[in-house]
Amino acid sequence: MQCGDFRVSYASDERIFETRLPVVGLVALLAALALVPLVAGTYWLDVLNRIGIAIIGAIGLNILIGYTGQISIGHAAFLAVGAYGTAILGSKGGLPFWLAIPLAAALTSLFGLVFGVPSLRLKGLYLAIATLAAHFITTYGIIHWEKMTNGVLGFNVTPASVLGRPLDSDERVFYLIYALVIPAVFFAKNLFRTRVGRAFIAVRDRDVAASVIGVSLYRYKLLAFVISSFYAGVAGGLMAYHSRIVFPDAFSLLVAIDYLAMIIIGGMGSILGSIFGAVFMTLLPEVLKLGATSLTGVYPNAFGLIASARDIVFGLAIIIFLMYEPQGLAWIWLRFRSYWKLWPYAY
Amino acid sequence: MNDQLVFLLQLVITGIAVGAVYSLMALGFVLIYKASTVVNFGPGELVLFGAYVAWATILNMKLPLVVALPLTLVVAILLGLVIERGVLRPLIGEPIISVIMVTFGFASVVRGVLNMTWGSDTRPFPALFASEPFRLGPIPISPVHLWSFVAVMLLLAAFSLFFKFSLLGTAMRATADNQQVAQSLGVSVKGVFALSWCIATVVSALGGIILGSVRGGVDFSLADYGLKVFPVVILGGLDSVAGVIVGGVLIGVLENLSGGYLDPIFGGGVKEVAPFVVLVLILMIRPYGLFGKVDVERV
Repeated sequence: MQCGDFRVSYASDERIFETRLPVVGLVALLAALALVPLVAGTYWLDVLNRIGIAIIGAIGLNILIGYTGQISIGHAAFLAVGAYGTAILGSKGGLPFWLAIPLAAALTSLFGLVFGVPSLRLKGLYLAIATLAAHFITTYGIIHWEKMTNGVLGFNVTPASVLGRPLDSDERVFYLIYALVIPAVFFAKNLFRTRVGRAFIAVRDRDVAASVIGVSLYRYKLLAFVISSFYAGVAGGLMAYHSRIVFPDAFSLLVAIDYLAMIIIGGMGSILGSIFGAVFMTLLPEVLKLGATSLTGVYPNAFGLIASARDIVFGLAIIIFLMYEPQGLAWIWLRFRSYWKLWPYAY
Repeated sequence: MNDQLVFLLQLVITGIAVGAVYSLMALGFVLIYKASTVVNFGPGELVLFGAYVAWATILNMKLPLVVALPLTLVVAILLGLVIERGVLRPLIGEPIISVIMVTFGFASVVRGVLNMTWGSDTRPFPALFASEPFRLGPIPISPVHLWSFVAVMLLLAAFSLFFKFSLLGTAMRATADNQQVAQSLGVSVKGVFALSWCIATVVSALGGIILGSVRGGVDFSLADYGLKVFPVVILGGLDSVAGVIVGGVLIGVLENLSGGYLDPIFGGGVKEVAPFVVLVLILMIRPYGLFGKVDVERV
């Protein structure tokens, strides 16, 4: 049995999957995903759709914070630009979704480039405060550019359509979302096997050392903002097509904190962690809802307490993960996997 | 005096009064940062907590003011101790992102607990000051603003004396200056961290009480006032107590003036965003603020 790294060729060193089992598992998972809309009800489809969107957004944020080390509290603003861009291009401009989403995402990238400029001079908590301010400025812009955004009320989004058929139900949007989740995951996974990705990690680990070995800090910090906001733009666009309405409250500071919590709980600097975090954070309120529903018999007021219970559980989850499992769910998964790999001969 | 000037002066005066409350809330923020380099991203929730506890003790439990206010402050101190001991001490020395996130985490818990206990409806808050406006020359001034300003100034003066002369205050300044030296001279650094959190929760609670009585009610939108500490501390300097006072008043006046003069042009809401625009500008030009220590690492 193989119990160490036996990489004797470049090909084996570059492999994503070390054994065949994960490949089989992945194909099975994708096949199962393709069949889900046939069996799942609207409720679970809706949850799955939101998970898919959160995965894209969380990977984007993880590229910026987890891999490049640039703290941003402005992720909700990126999502908002993506969502409003898609909605305006798609509904008011009449563009098809396959043009609206990439265009809006490109716009978000441009926006992220501007957003990222403070990172050239600031780091750590100063950058965090700058992005916090940028979030409020963006929200203000969206609310007050009434001609385009219809202010606080927002506006309805025409559903995306494929070959004349509108994607107006959860199972149709499902395919659109997961058709973008899969390439998003693979692009990110491969990004960190390239020069660009390694440069990001170098900037995170020691910016001075990185610039000494020839990594242009300016270029790679801004590039991280661009890539991260492109992901957020796509996620925002999908949010617009999924909920078919855009309004400013959907992109409050709490959303940005949600995404931060996803990558903290999932695991910083890990693509798998972003996925785990997105799943965890999306399922958390649903589980609480289920719990409250089952409690209504004993305690009739339970349903009204969900919002506050969610805040408490959410906060406690962040605190507990930071204290006891700072590497997040991805690390738990790695330990779990390596335990079973050699089971029952652990030593 | 013409109307234009009266309008301007009125904006400035209310700005100073509100800004004084910002100074008070920012004081707590700066003390925490100075002592332990922790940036508290949940200042709004501390304000909310104080305001809600004060509401509960004064109106809900119908305690007299002389009992209710000290009781509120004691509860605020307990909150400070719980946060410092339970949440921040285990994370000493962790990366910045972890510390930032943990402050978001406890802010969320505080918000959830408040919401669960008292609900999110607007609660009427007792007016602690007389409401009849009086005139200073042609300018009407509401006593609420005047008294809140006086109260804040007294509190800030008391804190300055505390830092200057008391043993604990000296220990806090020593810790802020150099942790290792302070520790080797027998200052309990952990005690100072805890004390700075207690002071922060107390001044935030006082800020919440003053804001609550100025607005005549408490609800969750009070937390937005807490976020104003970011422009204040960046303008004044993240580690400067003097900067807090100047920064708070400047931001208060600035947001009132921009609200008064720019709202008709931009269609409202300028007041909320102007401090953040200033914040970004200062960060780009002079990130250490007016009075901060010039040791911001340039990248």
